[in-house]
Amino acid sequence: MSSKKIRVLVAKPGLDGHDRGVKVVARGLRDAGMEVIYTGLHQTAQQVAETALQEDVDVVGLSILSGAHMTLVPRIKELLSKSGMDDVLLLVGGIIPEGDREELLARGHADQVFTPGDTLEKITDYIFQSFKESRDS
Amino acid sequence: MQQLVEDLLNGSKRAAARLISLVENDDLQKIELLKEIFPHTGRAYVVGVTGAPGSGKSSLVDCLLQQMRADDLKIGVIGVDPTSPFSGGAILGDRIRMQEHALDQDVFIRSMGTRGSLGGLARATREAIQVLDAFGKDIILIETVGVGQSEVDIVRTADSTMVVLTPAGGDSVQTIKAGIMEIADIFVINKADLPGSEKTITEINMMLDMKKSDKWRPPVLPTISVRSEGIAEVWGALKEHRSYMEKSGYLMEIRRQRVSRELTEQVEYLVKSRIWERVKERFKLDSLVEKIVLRQKDPYSTANELLEQIKFYGENGKEGD
Repeated sequence: MSSKKIRVLVAKPGLDGHDRGVKVVARGLRDAGMEVIYTGLHQTAQQVAETALQEDVDVVGLSILSGAHMTLVPRIKELLSKSGMDDVLLLVGGIIPEGDREELLARGHADQVFTPGDTLEKITDYIFQSFKESRDS
Repeated sequence: MQQLVEDLLNGSKRAAARLISLVENDDLQKIELLKEIFPHTGRAYVVGVTGAPGSGKSSLVDCLLQQMRADDLKIGVIGVDPTSPFSGGAILGDRIRMQEHALDQDVFIRSMGTRGSLGGLARATREAIQVLDAFGKDIILIETVGVGQSEVDIVRTADSTMVVLTPAGGDSVQTIKAGIMEIADIFVINKADLPGSEKTITEINMMLDMKKSDKWRPPVLPTISVRSEGIAEVWGALKEHRSYMEKSGYLMEIRRQRVSRELTEQVEYLVKSRIWERVKERFKLDSLVEKIVLRQKDPYSTANELLEQIKFYGENGKEGD
């Protein structure tokens, strides 16, 4: 009897010491029944990608409040692809200007970007919906 | 599937990670996979690290990783954290203390939720060990969930077990209680810079000296993991215990016991699942449950009736109808 659980890595890449948001999100995902791996502050892009690989996660959630999203997100996406993890859902949360958000999505660097004001429910719904679609297709 | 096992044996981290997920998710191919992996296992030495929440297990594992890597050993780490009994979700945070080793090619760290298991380990810990063993790891470190007094599954899984305590954990009666205080091969008193550490060490030593035995006498070692103090001594004690286990023949003995237990469990599991298959084929369980709830039947005779009617095996050992 298979009993798959959605595994999520939530990470704080780069020089960014603000982790209240990521902890709230981690807690919310936990309450939605997911297994959430949290690796703490100041992770390099390599550390994030390597952790995603070893933990075999379905989702990587990056919390970035430092403004370095246009560098870090594409870099992590690239490293994930390199290790054969193209199918991982890559989500970004933080202070992301609308123009950057559109660019990240348009270039396929991120699957979705959440910004202040978005609810936990919106995030969990998005994850559940993506998995429903990938199972149905 | 075969490809996955082949990749694992060739050192693919992706394959190791995927395989652990498959066994953890009770995938339909699980048994087939474990069968293929099994011939390549039995080489790794399994070390358990257990103790109360916040006693410093993850930090100690992190420090030990440094020591073991200096000896050029390949290490697998399994960090277990509790699964919520309400949502089924979990926060797996053991890695936070170990991220310095995230990019070390010879260290593989995996976090697991307990998923309903109550003995301090994840449901599929044993299977994950098999995968990492076949992957070629020399030592596999298992960090249990933060435990209380009686979550002692680790002692049946590890070859050496370390119990991590902190100073001032109660009076001396705590040291003679059954359960976790009995399973240590090595006691580590972490945060030994806090007041009360000398007293804790003395009390544990007194407890240990009550028992006269020619077997292994667990050492009680103070550490301060944030400053990496006392870690070399812990690693030394671990090596000593390992060589004691190997030379005395106890290692073979506990591995024999483990295999025997696993075989029993596997048989029980197969028998149970076959019986249920048949019960479900033939009976409407819901209506029986309903009758029991309404007190028209009792669960004890109902269970007997079910088993009598499914005739599990024929008399000559062939499967019955």
